[in-house]
Amino acid sequence: MSNVSLDANDSSVAESQPQDNNRRRFLTVATSVVGGVGVVGVAIPFIGSWNPSVKARAAGADVEADISKIEPGQLIRVVWRSKPVWIARRTPELIESLSKIDDLLKDPNSEEDQQPEFARNPYRSLKEEYLVLVGICTHLGCSPQHLKDGAFEEYVEGVPEGFHCPCHGSKFDMAGRVFNNVPAPLNLVVPPYMYVDDNTILIGSEEGAA
Amino acid sequence: MFKNLMEWIEYRLPIMRVANMHAVQYPAPRNMNFWYVFGFLATIVLVNQIVTGIWLTMSFEPSAERAFASVEFIMRDVEYGWILRYMHSTGASAFFIVVYLHMFRGMIYGSYQKPRELLWLFGMFIYLALMAEAFMGYVLPWGQMSYWGAQVIVSLFSAIPVIGPDLVVWIQGDYVISGATLNRFFALHVIALPLVIVILVFLHIVALHEVGSNNPDGTDVKRKKGSLSEDEKTKFKIHEYYTSKYDIIDDIVPFFPHIVLKDLVAFSLFLIAFCYVMFFNPGMGGYFLEHPNFEIANGLKTPEHIFPVWYFTPFYAILKAVPHKLGGVICMFAAIVALALLPWIDRGRVKSWRYRCGLHTWNLIIFAGVFIFLGYLGGTPQEAWKIIASQILTIMYFGFFFLLWIYSKNEKTKPVPARITG
Repeated sequence: MSNVSLDANDSSVAESQPQDNNRRRFLTVATSVVGGVGVVGVAIPFIGSWNPSVKARAAGADVEADISKIEPGQLIRVVWRSKPVWIARRTPELIESLSKIDDLLKDPNSEEDQQPEFARNPYRSLKEEYLVLVGICTHLGCSPQHLKDGAFEEYVEGVPEGFHCPCHGSKFDMAGRVFNNVPAPLNLVVPPYMYVDDNTILIGSEEGAA
Repeated sequence: MFKNLMEWIEYRLPIMRVANMHAVQYPAPRNMNFWYVFGFLATIVLVNQIVTGIWLTMSFEPSAERAFASVEFIMRDVEYGWILRYMHSTGASAFFIVVYLHMFRGMIYGSYQKPRELLWLFGMFIYLALMAEAFMGYVLPWGQMSYWGAQVIVSLFSAIPVIGPDLVVWIQGDYVISGATLNRFFALHVIALPLVIVILVFLHIVALHEVGSNNPDGTDVKRKKGSLSEDEKTKFKIHEYYTSKYDIIDDIVPFFPHIVLKDLVAFSLFLIAFCYVMFFNPGMGGYFLEHPNFEIANGLKTPEHIFPVWYFTPFYAILKAVPHKLGGVICMFAAIVALALLPWIDRGRVKSWRYRCGLHTWNLIIFAGVFIFLGYLGGTPQEAWKIIASQILTIMYFGFFFLLWIYSKNEKTKPVPARITG
């Protein structure tokens, strides 16, 4: 009982028969490899079925937004891939003030890859007047609040307008750039988008891309 | 007639042999105190969760459109649906209360030390599976906190370099938390993880019975074969599986009925507390069922504050304390890994805190305090002082393990009694 052998083959029966260990080893390895390929093959449908379905992919298609009715200083929300996308029309004063707060920001020049190439500019947008952002905090995915007309001063002195995340207190300016000393590591994401005409934005694709 | 039937069965299925080996003739140290009831209670709660869970699935509909409404249907229109759901939701919190106490018992009496390392590891795997189970279960009612809690937890994976964002889409089955996510979490919550937990609990108990129960003295009741005189050996009938390998000292009682009856006393006290919460305070002031979860999930509206349920908040506080996303995630998981590695971090030979140095006692008490305080910080709204406090407490949390590793090497211990005391 105490001498339990792990090798079921070392019984005395086997000793009486000629053994070809190389042949046995080859068969063991070959069977294992073929079996392993089978395991990988059968894993494919189980892992693959967790990917977004055709329905989910269709729901993730591009959306159009009419921007002709946005007043200066106003922000509208549209839904793209079930995420809130903000379109804000910035006033000329606001646009001018953006460049003055660089010291307070983590990544004022958009060096991190959080926007399409076309938005790697001080305004983080195609046209400086319109800001398009995915309204989800880069910390843990909450949706920040738009605070304007001085309401944002409570969080950052001297900056009247911006975004404040109620979950963990991250702060962003009106170009979606993150302030220093908050949990969010990165600027807000600028989605791919393009102007179909002067009044319409298509969110999800950019000019030149397929 | 009956005896013949029993023998007929026993010949084909070893029911009595297993019952004798693991209960009627299983040697349990006679000094196991109230700290030793929580494993039994955890088993009872597990049964409660499985039974009430099965009944809940009979009326629950796992889809983004119907989940929230079907939970209201269970609460209002299904006969006794409210009590089944409150048994399940109260059971979830009760599970973590007894498991945390069970783990702390293991820490103060050194139950993780050699030869119980694997036993402790299986316990940690149960704890991990339990956390996954609880998290996915919390998503199912599809309230605001279900949705946004899932958002926060799933996005932890986005911190993984390179594959992070794609991994999140794969876990969610969509570009956001959606009905697809709800459906797969339902499947994992009701089938996959319960199976895993039951199998792990089985292995946990098998491993326990192989090495035997520890006790508050840490004195081993199994002695080398032939080392004890007949006077010193126990008079109880112990299964030959144990007596054939060891001499069992006269400090034990059979698990059944002695320990089971003691556990049943604890169970009745536990039931009083459980029923109080279930009948009079099932939400427990927003700690067991959070207030925003009485509102249906809305991906465009974030609740003012997002907290996980109370049993995750200590780890959530550690996550928030680190001002770096990946760093925070790593620290949070390291906090659990450190616990799992206790058998190797603790280099001491003396198990129980009764006979270890005074520093060890304080280290344990402070660790428990730190854990509770971190839970408070992770479960209340963000304030400036709390960030500093949770950073200090995170360092203290890991400090427990570091200190233990240092002083356990050459620790000044008291002599461990040869026989069980008191």
